[in-house]
Amino acid sequence: MSVSSPKKTRRSIQALLIAALMAFGAIIVGCGSSSDGSSNGGGGKVQLVAYSTPQSAYEEGLEPAFKETPEGEGVSFSNSFGASGDQSRAVEAGQPAGYVNFALETDVTRLVDSGQVAKDWQNNKYKGIVTNSVVSIVTRPGNPEGVKSFQDIIDKDLEVVTPNPFTSGGARWNIMAIYGAALSSGKSEQEALDTVKQVLSQAPVQPASARDALQAFVGGAGDVLISYENEAIAAQNAGEDVDYVIPESTILIEQPGAVTVDAPQSATDFLNFIWTDEGQKIWAEQGYRPVNKSLVDSSKFPTPKDEFTIAKFGGWDKVADEFFDDQTGKIAVIEKELGVSTEK
Amino acid sequence: MVTYLSLIVLIPLAAITAKAFSDGPGHFWDAVSQPQSVAALKLTVICSLVVVLINAVMGTLIAWVLVRDEFPGKGIVNSVIDLPFALPTIVASLTLLTLYGNDSPIGIHAAYTKYAVIIALLFVTLPFVVRAVQPLLLSLDRDMESAAESLGAGKLRIFTRIIFPNLLPGIAAGVALAFARALGEFGALVLISGNVPYKTEAASVFIRGQIESDNVVGAAAVSVVLLAISMVMLAFVNLVQKWGLRHDR
Repeated sequence: MSVSSPKKTRRSIQALLIAALMAFGAIIVGCGSSSDGSSNGGGGKVQLVAYSTPQSAYEEGLEPAFKETPEGEGVSFSNSFGASGDQSRAVEAGQPAGYVNFALETDVTRLVDSGQVAKDWQNNKYKGIVTNSVVSIVTRPGNPEGVKSFQDIIDKDLEVVTPNPFTSGGARWNIMAIYGAALSSGKSEQEALDTVKQVLSQAPVQPASARDALQAFVGGAGDVLISYENEAIAAQNAGEDVDYVIPESTILIEQPGAVTVDAPQSATDFLNFIWTDEGQKIWAEQGYRPVNKSLVDSSKFPTPKDEFTIAKFGGWDKVADEFFDDQTGKIAVIEKELGVSTEK
Repeated sequence: MVTYLSLIVLIPLAAITAKAFSDGPGHFWDAVSQPQSVAALKLTVICSLVVVLINAVMGTLIAWVLVRDEFPGKGIVNSVIDLPFALPTIVASLTLLTLYGNDSPIGIHAAYTKYAVIIALLFVTLPFVVRAVQPLLLSLDRDMESAAESLGAGKLRIFTRIIFPNLLPGIAAGVALAFARALGEFGALVLISGNVPYKTEAASVFIRGQIESDNVVGAAAVSVVLLAISMVMLAFVNLVQKWGLRHDR
């Protein structure tokens, strides 16, 4: 290591800090200009930014179908898919977006806070939700363990695979499904938390995302996998040898979609198309439950007897703080207790 | 040159450090000292140390065989060494998962354990020591070995007094690079490490979780610790190299 005088070192640190500040400034300016540039559609280009799972639903179903409609004539798409939280943060940081679709409401809220999505984005017939699904239990072929509920995972002492709720925002649905089902069975809040804790203690692996979890499960890890119904259907369609059961008591997953404030009219048209019967039927073909209840085919999508939503716990904003704050959240505390109890 | 280095390396590193301390040193310490980050850092550092120790021995051995031995297919083996660099690490992770997962065709079930972390890191860091030692071995004057031999030195003595001191700077450089890489590795670990907090969650995956939880400051703080550990290692290696040179002259 080279030796330099303290004065010289200080000066170079100062220079570095100034350079860093300038870089920050440049980034901020860059964001401003790029989000301005994407306004007014004319012929119409929809810049779609979404989480990764519905990629084929958009590219093979919704977008071609929309182009067939009068509103969609001549509209072109540029698509971006990735992890929901990453996508939302990218848009916040300036990635041009007209229409966004995320796995969690908090990812839209982030853009409302940054002024990129209108505050009243939920002010419509379906409250800003474009698709539904439910948290299901994926099993080995034929469900050899006879699992029917989250409680069975504990009673039968099964190894379970569920994504790490801190690396995968989407995995938070799974936790809330287990928690809510325990509450529905008459348990107190503390007992329900203990149920979640017990399930997590039976997880030998907590993959980083839902797809990683599926990968681990088909690779032989665990007796059961907790995942979205649409993920299970996609896995079956992809030829994976798995079955799934919808627990009688489980959460209805609501995946939100919205247009940004400076999106062209074509993006709004696209969102409206997604809510039409035709759009919702395309979602159904891809394994998602339509948000229009009259279109839900109960032979393919049986309605759980006790289907609850995140509203049961006060909505995502509240749940994100109460359960998933990385320091004080109830789930962070559980993980800590589990970690400490097994650490020797 | 300075501008280039600043743009590509220095400013980003300074920005991360600034971010880590943006809520004050107290927050920095809180983020770093909470049990989950400590556990993740511990796992990563220990596994990385094990990995570089294995690399130091096996990498030197591989370099030796590639330089000193002749065998059919040597050219192919030589080019295979670099493949871990070329392969996207997430693909490496997937491949290792297929090999060492629950359906392991070779009967080794290491996935989702600390051993999986070590295996994955060994895979991605293999080339460093090999490639650092190889040129030194190639340029090593064989007359020195012959001279030592004619003066009655045994094989072991020749290795410890002639060969090893000459290779040491290369081994040290390779180890330092491999260590730094191992500390920050994400892709190769994400599928195979298990990610169970406190048990098999590596620092990079923990950082991912912090970002997903919108705790960017916490993520930056843990990254700065990784950077600091890397710097200490690099400084240490610098010392070793200087010591090696002095020993040489």
